[in-house]
Amino acid sequence: MSCLTGKSFNPVVNRRSVIAGVAGLGAASILAGCSDGGSGGGSSASSAGAFKVGTIGPLTGPAASYGNSVAHGVELACKDFATDALPLASKAEDDVADGEKSVNAFNSLADWGMQVLVGPTTTGASIAVAEVANSDPKVFMITPSASSPDVTADKTCVFQACFNDPNQGANAAVKLAEMFPNEKYVVFYNSGDPYSAGIRDAFVAKAAELKLEVVDEESFKDDSQTSFTNQLTKAKDAGATMIFAPIYYTPASVLLTNAKEMGYDVKMMGCDGMDGILGVEGFDTSLAEGLYLMTPFSADEDKNADFVGAYKDAYGETPDQFAADAYDAVHAVVMAMEEAGLAADADPADIADQLPAAMTAITVEGLTGTLTWNDKGEVEKDPMVYVIQGGKYVAA
Amino acid sequence: MPNFLKNKKTRRDFVTYGLVVLAFVAVSLMQANHMIPRMIVGQLVPICAYIVMAISLNLVVGVAGDLSLGHAGFMSVGAYTGIVAATSLAEAVPNDAVRLVIALLAGAASAALAGFLVGIPVLRLSGDYLAIVTLAFGEIIKEIVTCLIVGVDERGLHVLFNLTGKLTVDDLGLAEGGAAIIKGAQGASGTETISTFFAGFLLVMVALVIVLNLVRSRAGRAILAVRDNRIAAESVGISTTKYRMIAFVVSAALAGAAGALFGNGFSQLSATKFDFNTSILILVFVVLGGLGNMRGSIVAATVLTILPEALRQFSDYRMLVYAIVLILVMICSNNPTIKGFVARVLPRRRSNEEEVSADA
Repeated sequence: MSCLTGKSFNPVVNRRSVIAGVAGLGAASILAGCSDGGSGGGSSASSAGAFKVGTIGPLTGPAASYGNSVAHGVELACKDFATDALPLASKAEDDVADGEKSVNAFNSLADWGMQVLVGPTTTGASIAVAEVANSDPKVFMITPSASSPDVTADKTCVFQACFNDPNQGANAAVKLAEMFPNEKYVVFYNSGDPYSAGIRDAFVAKAAELKLEVVDEESFKDDSQTSFTNQLTKAKDAGATMIFAPIYYTPASVLLTNAKEMGYDVKMMGCDGMDGILGVEGFDTSLAEGLYLMTPFSADEDKNADFVGAYKDAYGETPDQFAADAYDAVHAVVMAMEEAGLAADADPADIADQLPAAMTAITVEGLTGTLTWNDKGEVEKDPMVYVIQGGKYVAA
Repeated sequence: MPNFLKNKKTRRDFVTYGLVVLAFVAVSLMQANHMIPRMIVGQLVPICAYIVMAISLNLVVGVAGDLSLGHAGFMSVGAYTGIVAATSLAEAVPNDAVRLVIALLAGAASAALAGFLVGIPVLRLSGDYLAIVTLAFGEIIKEIVTCLIVGVDERGLHVLFNLTGKLTVDDLGLAEGGAAIIKGAQGASGTETISTFFAGFLLVMVALVIVLNLVRSRAGRAILAVRDNRIAAESVGISTTKYRMIAFVVSAALAGAAGALFGNGFSQLSATKFDFNTSILILVFVVLGGLGNMRGSIVAATVLTILPEALRQFSDYRMLVYAIVLILVMICSNNPTIKGFVARVLPRRRSNEEEVSADA
């Protein structure tokens, strides 16, 4: 009955305590928000006996957006594809896109009891980790986004869920030869970036074979990607009417802005690294209208609406192709586990032994198309070209 | 007690060797019994490489008193030479251990050459100027490796220098069965990993023996004299450039060997790995371990390599925690109160530390 004694009803005390309480709650929710945001770095709910899927990517540093997309894609997929027979638990580790740290992350995931690795995100780190994953004790690895052929070369238990660079470059040349056989091309690439240079090499070789007219090649490096006016002037003088730019979206936004400023009316096509250009801060997205890009995933397609909705609810952003590739990679692992008849508590070495055969037998109807794998661990799927119209990706 | 151990400094040196051997035996035993997590096992080779880096940089910074900010550049030179040597000799020398030794020697030789060439102009400078030039050297090496395309086939090594950025691996003109080793911006990738913990341990021992004996030698005393008072040293006829050069080249050679060990421990290595941050990281090992204190460098390199990985449970906050730990160590190791406390508890130690400034 003490509440009826006047003192405890003292409004000042109450208000103060209410304010303190609200502030405390606020602080708690900020902390909770932080730890939610950081859940990519920590472990997500792991029930006992769950099948443990690890993932590695740059969760901090300049490439963090790719790593977080992959970590989120894996986490979401582990929720969606878990069954009673195969409960899934995921854990993401940070590697800051560095090979040495990525190997450390791999080993610390192995200590956690990881049975399958869906990662790493970046190419250099993946090559370093693939070597470790493929030596005893083996761990099955499928990288959602590392695109160099070196990742899977000569390794039995390493797979890729994205196109490798030579395939992507060749596919781009084939698509361009179908769609725009009469344009004059300039190839615009980052010579300091293996992804960009890898696609460029394959594209130029295939373009020569298909008799596409490449009138000029321009290159830049990471530290000179703030202005491309010089290169564009040369391309214009050479009479180029279409740019093929296998570069990431940040320099691509600069390229489009420069072209507009120069009044250079030119078509442009990019590859999957261009995905995300509509989200570049301070970039006038109307400049991207009519931009072609060859990417395996579009968040605007109806068939992907469920995934996009769930992803937006969970992480508050639109998923990109990194997230979609990671999601498909987990999907493939789950299907291959069923195909091989492996249980959730299977030994990682047994999984690495049996999963590769199962991977080549399955067909995954995923977000990024219909996926099958060859015995080299490379994915086979149809390349898709989109064009940006009205701020959305439309199949071209 | 044998006669040579009666000398206090020699005794200290042998205690250092003993501790390293002891640590190696303990870790090997634990590894054989699966008592240490895989996370640490995977780091053993890089830790050995970083220890050698710290010891070698300590020779320049602690013993010779020159501030070098480009030590990772020598590591890079050694790493890529070592990788090229190991990969191109894969058929001629099938034994991994022998090949690794050749790779380490090649790495050491090339880095020593680089150190000598850089040293000619640089060691006439001192203080800030030396720091700036070594810093630039590190960056230049990074850019050079990014331009480098190297491949091997049965006709031998093929090297391209890709200045325009338009050449590719195909331009090497490799014969059937040939393989590219260094692929420009991608760095060395797909190389075999042949480095072992035992090799790392041996390299640490060799580095320790070389550095400690150099410091105790006539040349070492001259190096110390140049560090302590350059003018006085010159006045008694010591060539300052020569002795600084000895320290610099030996240090570069050891860094090159460490780089070769490191490079052959990973199947992918891009040039950006050896950037300014790596140079600073190694300088942090040296400063935290104590200038001129080799034992301290070894401990600092080991702890600071494992620490960020051991802090993984802090997820996003781990680099923050790492930074706080670094600052705390800096403060604590220099705090007069704490130092006074240590001196009271261990009075004997204190007198030792005051006696020799370049210590085991």
